[in-house]
Amino acid sequence: MTTIPVDFPLEDGIFRFDPAYWRGRRSGSGSITDTEIAKRAMTKAVPDVTIAGADHRRSGLMAAAQAGDSAAYQTLLRDCIPVIKSVARRRRVDADRIDDVVQDVLLTIHRARHTYDPSRSFTAWLCVIADRRAIDLLRRTRRQDMREVHAPLAFESHADDEAADPLRGLAHADATGTVARALASLPARQREAVQHFVLEERSLADTSALTRRTKGSLKVNLHRALKALRSKMEFRE
Amino acid sequence: MNAPSNADSAQELLIRDLATDLTPVRRLRPPSVRTFSWLMIVAATAVILAMIADLSALGHRLAAAPDLWLAVTGSALTAILAAFAAFQLSLPDARRAWALLPLPATLLWIVASGFGCLRVWFVPATHAADLSEARDCLIFIIGLSVPLSALLIIMLRRGCPLQPGLTAATAGFAAAAAAATLLNFFHPFDAAATDLAVHVFAVSLVIAGNRALSGRLLSTNFRAAT
Repeated sequence: MTTIPVDFPLEDGIFRFDPAYWRGRRSGSGSITDTEIAKRAMTKAVPDVTIAGADHRRSGLMAAAQAGDSAAYQTLLRDCIPVIKSVARRRRVDADRIDDVVQDVLLTIHRARHTYDPSRSFTAWLCVIADRRAIDLLRRTRRQDMREVHAPLAFESHADDEAADPLRGLAHADATGTVARALASLPARQREAVQHFVLEERSLADTSALTRRTKGSLKVNLHRALKALRSKMEFRE
Repeated sequence: MNAPSNADSAQELLIRDLATDLTPVRRLRPPSVRTFSWLMIVAATAVILAMIADLSALGHRLAAAPDLWLAVTGSALTAILAAFAAFQLSLPDARRAWALLPLPATLLWIVASGFGCLRVWFVPATHAADLSEARDCLIFIIGLSVPLSALLIIMLRRGCPLQPGLTAATAGFAAAAAAATLLNFFHPFDAAATDLAVHVFAVSLVIAGNRALSGRLLSTNFRAAT
């Protein structure tokens, strides 16, 4: 039997005036007073004791992580992944973007771990964060889709400026060579970041998956690379 | 057994990265306690302003127009509830609806201030604010809102708001309402329509300014990049 939350109505009520939410405390081991939330968070097939147990265990792991227990933190984050994926699926995030939501949520948990109160339901806390991150991703995707236009005919008939103006093409080739030389002089990690982000226009998540580096590390390397490139280009000018 | 995909490996690496050098964290205090801390600083500001204000004039004014108490209560309650809502919104699992919390108090504030306008129309001898006095109100509210907002934003950054714009706007509302409440120490006239409009304008300006400027400071993406 699984203990993955699959049915969590996240937008019910406005302030949640139910006493269980306001108490938000556990009454003892194996039971949670935030019963309504936990019940809705889990499949009907899973008994309440299992639900409460899983939530209680996650809360314990998070409390240990707050105290600096690295092993507990790793276990907890791994345990969170199926929950996050489930929430993202409920929000109808595209299958190929679900891993982006997972990464975003894991990073958010890391940044927000000090805000979690272990006397409250961890699963409910996680589900709200996952839901919000899924919505953020959907909005970003929608904005991106609105900016991009599918016009194959216009693309095909676009005038090639370089072909029309040989001098401009020559200048462009020269500039490209300068950039390529500056790029080649960068350290491998910085070059890799520029290659994937700027030249190949990959997303942060794709690059992270491809290079097996964290988003933070990629951002730092890109920032340093652009700074180095800028100074190299200014020097040459 | 299936081999792990690229995404799974990336997630595993990310988890290891996050867990490496994990340091203990100090748990965030509850929103009620954090709201109280901010209100204590506002109260200290009120004490300082009371020392330089003409309290007897204020007393006479409140005695002559008891409905002014309602307006002061409304603005003070708005400041308290908006600050509490902002601290709630600074939690990652907060609901957007917390931003509606100060609305009933705001309604009381606006309606009670509206009574002042009515008195100006019905009692011709009432001293209503002229344009220069209304301009002073605007400067006072904005001038005091800036440090109060800055303090609130610094405190909110301890949290992890996932709705930074809304959180910053609510914080701006709290600061502007607190400034408008403290303005009563130096407000020896009734709220005419122009005065009320200036108050609304000042509060709106502070909210918009906060949303535009402080929202970025509260954004988790921005904080991650800095």
